[in-house]
Amino acid sequence: MNLPLTIKETQEGLKSKKFSAVELVDTYLEKIKKYNDEYKIFLTINEEGAYKKAKEIDNSDFTLPLFGVVGSYKDIFLTKGIRTTAGSKILENFIPPYSATIVKKLENAGVISIGKLNCDAFAHGSSGENSDFGTTLNPWNKEYTAGGSSSGSGAALSSGMSLISIGTDTCGSIRLPANYGYLFSLKPTYGAVSRYGVIAMASSLDTVGPLAHTVSDVETVFNVIKGKDYLDATVTEKSINNKNSKFKIGIPKEFFVGGLSKEIEKNIGEVIKIYKNENVEFIDVSLPSTKYGISVYYIIQPAEVSSNLSRFDGIRYGGLRDSFGEEAKRRIMLGSYVLSAGFYDAYYEKAMKVRTIIKNEVDSIFTKVDALIAPVAPTPAFKLGEKTNDPLSMYLTDIYAATANLSGIPAIAIPSGFSDKKLPLGFQLMAPRFGEDILFKLGKIFELATDYKPKVAF
Amino acid sequence: MTRLTKKEVLHVAELSNLKLSEGEVKKFLPQLSKIIEYVSQLSKVNTKEIKPTSQTTGLTNVYRENSNELGETLTQEEVLSNTDGYNGFFKVPAILEGRTNK
Repeated sequence: MNLPLTIKETQEGLKSKKFSAVELVDTYLEKIKKYNDEYKIFLTINEEGAYKKAKEIDNSDFTLPLFGVVGSYKDIFLTKGIRTTAGSKILENFIPPYSATIVKKLENAGVISIGKLNCDAFAHGSSGENSDFGTTLNPWNKEYTAGGSSSGSGAALSSGMSLISIGTDTCGSIRLPANYGYLFSLKPTYGAVSRYGVIAMASSLDTVGPLAHTVSDVETVFNVIKGKDYLDATVTEKSINNKNSKFKIGIPKEFFVGGLSKEIEKNIGEVIKIYKNENVEFIDVSLPSTKYGISVYYIIQPAEVSSNLSRFDGIRYGGLRDSFGEEAKRRIMLGSYVLSAGFYDAYYEKAMKVRTIIKNEVDSIFTKVDALIAPVAPTPAFKLGEKTNDPLSMYLTDIYAATANLSGIPAIAIPSGFSDKKLPLGFQLMAPRFGEDILFKLGKIFELATDYKPKVAF
Repeated sequence: MTRLTKKEVLHVAELSNLKLSEGEVKKFLPQLSKIIEYVSQLSKVNTKEIKPTSQTTGLTNVYRENSNELGETLTQEEVLSNTDGYNGFFKVPAILEGRTNK
């Protein structure tokens, strides 16, 4: 059977008995078994659980919002009874005794959980190369990175091994794999989605969000996973009621200088033209302090990492601290350094203050515009191995991602074409906190205007 | 350039409860120096009178009702399911000298 690429197509097929949920699972598993050894997309396959759920769906009345949707999770979400590694050897044999809130919410909404996805260990990375279980290859071209840290979350969709997936974004880790996979994804407002049962990286920046083949599907999944959770006190329920029929988007000049690839610059230029034809207005804006984003991020994030990873002591669960990989060790060390006596004020305190300046600049821009447009990354997918010996150059991959995480605003990644080398291209839009609806509306305008059709690599 | 010394790297490793091999120290020293050098550009930013941001939700003092419906708690067996344990307890390394680790 031809795999459906949208929730609508899936659910219509099930309702009209074109295929059953069990047959859907058969087809996804066939693909996983054929390609996973080579592409290293899944770390654990939930075959038994998926068939059990599929049978339940086939016997149901098809009323749940996500009935029959085959989904998979970055291996950083706890799944009761199913191994969860965070991509690290230190948790190689960890079987969680409970599930993350979002996993429960999705399963209660009818999702068939097919497995756990590869990622950079503890979500530290931009290319998937920091996974202790092998690097995920990009289905569009296996010599290139699938993007990280949610590398499997992107590749699972662009290879047709799953209809939707969930990732985490601390500084681009949902948007980058979507961007390198010709996919849509949402990095929600900080605090919009529960993080209970998510292995923490940097707690003041971590967000949880969906990847899918259309804006509507991203929106549908987001609506299921968002909202109050008494197990996560940082969650807020809010949404901006934007009744605009005409939108104004800001082009921050700082995001279109320096190291940006000409190909991406040209592609985003075309995107802007398409939007203008749809009656969307653009104005030039300036966010002068966003150039410090990666510096702020690489102080605050390692500081929080060093604290969060201190709980790995090998006593209650997991292996000994010797089993941390290189990147985790590097970040723990950096964090301990910037927090240590004599350096705290110069680094950590300073970074928190510059974060305030960036946040204020962003907030004040949103009094003038509804959204901001920016590249997701400076280049299309890069070759595997290209940046592994130079951590700083790897960190700079996320230079356009940092603004959204540091200021807690939502951002959507949207596919917008292919490079000369046939690698996916895309862009991101950012909105004020809890302005997800603005992003969905703008995403749909682009889909309609370009007659967008979902694509998989094979 | 901000050059970390080997002594500093070893000190930070100790603070981090990490044992680094000689090879790791050699590899991390220039890498960490380069990253610290990069992030040091923040010293140029004027942050006088600016308050630090530690989170972006604006929430303070989040309360909830105390209720029995707050979901399941884990059993002792579940809590110990990922460790060897000892007699239903977690087993920790001995911290007092002169005792064996039993």
